[in-house]
Amino acid sequence: MSRDVLLFLSVFLASTVEGVEAVTIVLAAGLTRGWRSALAGVAAALVVLAAFVAALGPALTALPIGALRLAVGGLLLVFGLQWLRKAILRASGYKALHDEDAIFDREVAGLRAAGDGADSAARAGSIDPFGFTVSFKGVLLEGLEVAVIVVTFGSNQHNVPLAAVAAVAAVLVVVAVGVAVRAPLSRVPENALKYAVGVMLTSFGIFWGTEGAGGSWPGGDAAIAVLIAFTLLTSFGLVALLRRRRERSTAPTATVTVG
Amino acid sequence: MSRVRSLLVFLYDFVVGDDPLIAVAIVAGLAVTAAVASGSVATWWVMPLVVFSALTASLLRAARR
Repeated sequence: MSRDVLLFLSVFLASTVEGVEAVTIVLAAGLTRGWRSALAGVAAALVVLAAFVAALGPALTALPIGALRLAVGGLLLVFGLQWLRKAILRASGYKALHDEDAIFDREVAGLRAAGDGADSAARAGSIDPFGFTVSFKGVLLEGLEVAVIVVTFGSNQHNVPLAAVAAVAAVLVVVAVGVAVRAPLSRVPENALKYAVGVMLTSFGIFWGTEGAGGSWPGGDAAIAVLIAFTLLTSFGLVALLRRRRERSTAPTATVTVG
Repeated sequence: MSRVRSLLVFLYDFVVGDDPLIAVAIVAGLAVTAAVASGSVATWWVMPLVVFSALTASLLRAARR
């Protein structure tokens, strides 16, 4: 599998996961506080994200290739291991599974409890500040990680446009499905996707980080596939280890009666 | 001041995440790789080892809580 295919897949999967989370928040804001405010929040967040990519992209590509790979490898490892750690804790039962229905219900309850600002804003034909802020923050926070992944993957592969196309394609798919169903995208296998993205980011992070620090890989680019297999297998081992540990700690202790 | 503090807290959460051990291990691992790479010894094994060890330690710490 070529580096470009892996680049596209990694960015597409990461963007899908973040897109699902952002759509859940925007749906909750739109349905409870009005679509005008929610969509204005989305637009404002997209402008900030575009400015972030425009500023960070050229800054990263201006670095010498060694320093770029070191910075990108370090960043991808930090993000990848955060994702992978959470995914392993979820798969082994130590952390609750990500549930878009529950998150949607919680967001809606919070937005409704925030008062009737939406009604008065709608009557005045203006923007409801609460709906705008929730939507803006949701898209900005979920989008920031995607923006970092697009810029780091893209600049390191000298193919930011391909990374950007992968992110835009994922967001368009998620938004199209969200508009079609007008409900949280709870059928998307989000936990499995997060696991896969954690494995990809960690593997690329190990590869580029080592190259950036002056090391080299036996087999060159082919080592990426080996690293993906290594990360996947070790993570499966860690899930099994934690599951056994959890079963032991929750198993009822036998009572021995003497006499 | 509180806005600056909020920004710093956000950046810390965004970059470091739930367990600072992982971020520290990554920086240390990359530094060791750079140090070893200046000699003639192969360095490709350092980061896989560091990542596996840091992830295992962080997960066991989380499971103990």
